[in-house]
Amino acid sequence: MKHTPFHDLHVRAGGRMIDFGGWHMPVQYTGVIEEHHAVRNSVGLFDVSHMGEVEASGPEVNAFAQYLLSNDVNACAIDQAQYAVMCQPDGGIVDDLITYRLAPDHLLFCVNASNSDKDFAWMQEVAKGFDVTLVNKSADYAQLAIQGRNAEAILQRLTDLPLQAITYYHFKRGDVSGVPMIIARTGYTGEDGFEIFFSPEHAELIWNELHEKGKPEGLRPIGLGARDTLRLEMKYSLYGNDIDATTHPLDAGLGWVVKLNKPDFMGKAALVAAKSQGLTRKLVGFELLEKNVPRHGYRALDEAGNAVGVVTSGAVSPCLSKPIGIAYLPNALSTPGSRFAVEIRGKAVPAQVVKTPFYKPGKG
Amino acid sequence: MNVPSHLMYTRDHEWLRMEGNVAVIGITDHAQDALGDIVFVELPQVGTVVTAGEPFGVVESTKTTSELFAPVSGKVIAVNAQLTATPELLNSEFYGDAWLIKVDASDPGEAEKLLSAEAYAALLSELG
Repeated sequence: MKHTPFHDLHVRAGGRMIDFGGWHMPVQYTGVIEEHHAVRNSVGLFDVSHMGEVEASGPEVNAFAQYLLSNDVNACAIDQAQYAVMCQPDGGIVDDLITYRLAPDHLLFCVNASNSDKDFAWMQEVAKGFDVTLVNKSADYAQLAIQGRNAEAILQRLTDLPLQAITYYHFKRGDVSGVPMIIARTGYTGEDGFEIFFSPEHAELIWNELHEKGKPEGLRPIGLGARDTLRLEMKYSLYGNDIDATTHPLDAGLGWVVKLNKPDFMGKAALVAAKSQGLTRKLVGFELLEKNVPRHGYRALDEAGNAVGVVTSGAVSPCLSKPIGIAYLPNALSTPGSRFAVEIRGKAVPAQVVKTPFYKPGKG
Repeated sequence: MNVPSHLMYTRDHEWLRMEGNVAVIGITDHAQDALGDIVFVELPQVGTVVTAGEPFGVVESTKTTSELFAPVSGKVIAVNAQLTATPELLNSEFYGDAWLIKVDASDPGEAEKLLSAEAYAALLSELG
């Protein structure tokens, strides 16, 4: 199994290690629910070094990116970050990712860990015909996410860079504990916080510095279990669960990162056709009306007991103390208040579509 | 790992103790630790007949769904209602207050086929 630069630190910290898509990663330390609340109430530290990084540069890098991605990369300025998807010709999603513009002709893409190799191969294929250079930099970046209301205060103790000047979905380059970094105000939890990228040989130093300076606020490492419950409460999509090669972004509620009015891009024709035919299903949030646990793959049933959709993600929400989930449902059942059922071990458990995000940070 | 000596055990990490002819059944410290935070428990209704070695319910944690297997056969005479409202009790009171079901054992000989505390502890150390 692959190890991130923080692997031994996780083991030392008592992390329960599992095989996560070929990476030996901590699923929890003391407990998923406890770690979830730590991030919502104070701060938590996530190792996200398993994510993939690809750098693209060259005279035609923007034309390449504009064709590769669903979003308008010309709207992404230097020191700005942008969320987008890459689509297949049929509109299916190859991956969701964040683009960081390092220079007018230099982009950094951060992709899902599980898709790292696939995405690089895909990008190389799409890059044919563009004067652009692609480098797979996944092994050259360690990445941490520090998330929670106390994240900025703690990180500020380690850097002279004024962090409050970094607005949401923007980044700055500067030194943290003397180590050059990309410091981005982005994250996957719904809380305020940063994702920092730096050279892997500084992993132990930065881990220890953050723990040391974060002591007053109880900074602690957070496992993948809580990472999942945190993003679920925000209805953030997870590739492989909610979106994949068989789903397209318009059904998945990602129309806001799909710019159909920009010139041709991968999947545009299929998405335009789907939109003009009318979308038939939507990815929506729901809660169960009885105690149970909805999970990926469970069928959604209508009142007559017909299978009309599928659950893509589900869990008992630690903040709401009730079962929540995300599902593809037909249009007729997609508005908040719509009643349906989730089939759990042969039983139709009543459920209701709700507005999302399920949890509103800041109200904790 | 806590393995009380007065209980009997299964390879599926359930425990059993006899109160006369009634089998009190639960899950072990190892089981709750491996599961993580328990969020839901599904138990049979009183009156259900369970069969040794067959599943009688489900315990769910944040990341897994796990079947519960009956150590002995018989009729369910009590179900722990506390676990509906507070499933997390299983993570702390697994040998005491968070018992799962009580079964009127139909074949007293079945309990003898279970693992002693020593044998279960040996099994645990094999698992590493």
